[in-house]
Amino acid sequence: MSKELLTISLSPHIKGEETTPQIMYGVAIALLPALIVSIIFFGLGAIKVTLFAVAFCLLFEFLIQKFIMKVESSIGDGSALITGLLLAFNLPSNFPIWMLLIGALAAMAIGKLSFGGLGNNPFNPALVGRVFLLICFPVQMTSWPLPKLFSFSSLDSVTGATALGVAKEAIKQGQSIAHIKTLIPGNLDLFLGQAGGSLGEVSALALILGGLYMLYKKIITWHIPVSFIGTVIIFTGILWAINCEQYMSPLFHLLTGGLMLGAIFMATDMVTSPMTKKGQLIFGVGCGLLTVIIRIFGAYPEGVSFAILLMNAVVPLINILSKPKPFGTN
Amino acid sequence: MELKTFKKGGIHPEENKLSVSAPIESLAPPAIVSIPISQHIGAPSKPLVKKGDEVKVGTPIAEMSSFISAFIHSSVSGTVSKIDDVVDSSGLRKQAIIIKTDGDTWEKSIDRSPELKKNFTLDASEIIEKVKKAGIVGLGGATFPSYVKLMVPKGKKAFAVVINGVECEPYLTSDHRIMLEKTDEILVGVSLIMKATNLKKAIIGIENNKPDAISIMRTKAKNFEGIEILPLKVMYPQGAEKQLIQAVTGKEVPAGGLPIDVGAVIFNVGTAFAIYEAVQKKKPLVERVVTVTGKAIPKPSNLLCRIGTPVANLLEQAGGSLENAGKIINGGPMMGKALVTPDVPITKGTSGILVMPKELATRKKESPCIRCAKCVTVCPMVLEPYLLSRLGRKYLWERFEVEKGMNCFECGSCSFTCPANIPLLDYIRVGKTEVGRIIRSRK
Ligand code: SF4
Ligand code: SF4
Repeated sequence: MSKELLTISLSPHIKGEETTPQIMYGVAIALLPALIVSIIFFGLGAIKVTLFAVAFCLLFEFLIQKFIMKVESSIGDGSALITGLLLAFNLPSNFPIWMLLIGALAAMAIGKLSFGGLGNNPFNPALVGRVFLLICFPVQMTSWPLPKLFSFSSLDSVTGATALGVAKEAIKQGQSIAHIKTLIPGNLDLFLGQAGGSLGEVSALALILGGLYMLYKKIITWHIPVSFIGTVIIFTGILWAINCEQYMSPLFHLLTGGLMLGAIFMATDMVTSPMTKKGQLIFGVGCGLLTVIIRIFGAYPEGVSFAILLMNAVVPLINILSKPKPFGTN
Repeated sequence: MELKTFKKGGIHPEENKLSVSAPIESLAPPAIVSIPISQHIGAPSKPLVKKGDEVKVGTPIAEMSSFISAFIHSSVSGTVSKIDDVVDSSGLRKQAIIIKTDGDTWEKSIDRSPELKKNFTLDASEIIEKVKKAGIVGLGGATFPSYVKLMVPKGKKAFAVVINGVECEPYLTSDHRIMLEKTDEILVGVSLIMKATNLKKAIIGIENNKPDAISIMRTKAKNFEGIEILPLKVMYPQGAEKQLIQAVTGKEVPAGGLPIDVGAVIFNVGTAFAIYEAVQKKKPLVERVVTVTGKAIPKPSNLLCRIGTPVANLLEQAGGSLENAGKIINGGPMMGKALVTPDVPITKGTSGILVMPKELATRKKESPCIRCAKCVTVCPMVLEPYLLSRLGRKYLWERFEVEKGMNCFECGSCSFTCPANIPLLDYIRVGKTEVGRIIRSRK
């Protein structure tokens, strides 16, 4: 008989295949189509912003964990990579690198590690970074290079406001919707990626592709994106039906700004969204309502980031509200 | 038609039914058997023999010590060499009757002929008495004394017998083989259960990954009154009684309640077979079919072996050496117990012996919970395992009880699924043990 000892542990003795890094890298893969489109439209600038954002996030995670928290580094788990990618996706392609450094620091230090790291952060770190930048550098954060097919020099890009920004400004000045329509790209361009905006907001189609991939891989469920986007459509649809001279159409709201990016990639962040399907529906509807309220009545043209962050804050309450009903209590 | 299953939660681990085509083989009686006096749920049995007594196969060696307890019979013929403590599958030393084998003489009353005895004229109480005297307990692993379940309590109304042919644990195939090889016997056993409980209807649930068993059971069930075969979608833990009852009847057993609360009386196919043998062949429970399997076993087998046989004998028969054995498990990979030594005896509740090679024997490193909610989604009891585990870790027993932690029946789906490799169930068990103690102390 062999002298080697047997392993003793409690059941279960087998483990499913899926791991945290697999989920995280799955999200990264889902972001690829949008990244490719943004490179096509914004060229070198897009590559630069993405690379630096990812590198800074990984670096800060490493440094803070090593020298301040003195814990084992977790940069391999893929979560800092996603924060970097999502942060980049929320920035214009001509964004100055030194500001990017500050954004990455805010995302990692304030957004994630100050709460204890992966899994403990109540807010989506990339959004914390973005909102921090928006408050510090409002000018750079709201003027966007216009996308131009295969523009591989970042010098010749023209900057302008986003479609949302243009529309909001024009409505404020009392211009007619028909006139505003001439100022902004058509719906098809908005859908395929011919509109000014941050890297990841540029093509709704590419974002949807990524979302479908995540659904297929069971990384996300349909509940948050559908309830979020659905609420925006219904709410803006009602306003538009009331007065189509004063409000933009639901389709416009759907295709512009960070709605797709936010609903598919940011609001669905597992760590900062509710645990049950029911909770996720409440969360999605809340995000949708807040987005429209900010877009239409708020001071900022875009409300997706704020909406998600605000809803992140109430996730613990939503979790209590939407507790699953244990078997045998019906 | 969409196949039925239970409503919430569940997982589908790789099935790995390596021994599925290995017919049941008899394993020779070992030189020595150690028969624990506590192999069932309930009070340990009281020994009837002492050192030096001669016994035959089927001689009662321990009797029931209370209402929920069981008779135990000698599984070999020979001499009682001592009554001593041996390490059982729990890893603890428990009292056992140790018998030295000499030949293989059976009690005369036992009918060992292979021929099927289909007809019976017994009434309910006679059947129940025979099941009780034969020491039958639930063979699916629950080991609850069967005669108790056959007596429908006053005031409760049963409407159907549910028979568990699900075998949802990966690797295990003993029930599957019994269904293929002892089909008529099982069906007679089910008829006996129906008679004993005075029910006209029985439904045998079998997962769809056993089409051969479904088809042969269906064909033969036509010769029996009131027995229906119901194919079910493959889903773990469908063999758990509450989940199976929901899959088969659509009814939800209340939390803390029993199957009879929704009118179901539930038995495993292996138990139905044992009931057939007890009643029709006068054979007490002295042997059972055990699957010996795993990636470290060269010849995965289904062995009919005597209760009390050391696990090592089964491994040897299946060609397994201990060299590459990393872990030996009594039962399936989801709910089985890791054994501390291969000398542990087979008991009434042993459905399989699973040997994991070294590389599959250890756990992966734990990382932080990413709140993916996958544990919540898969929990068949619709609990929040991430929360329960956290409460267990922090000793928050009151909250653990409020969050219905005691409803967890340790199916392991949550730990299996967690992408962060958190041993959720370990901490839930801690909570259950502590809260169980607190609840008992209130009485
Ligand atoms: S082990 Fe308990 S908590 Fe975990 S899935 Fe099974 S029943 Fe739910
Ligand atoms: S499955 Fe694991 S990582 Fe996911 S919520 Fe449950 S405990 Fe957390």
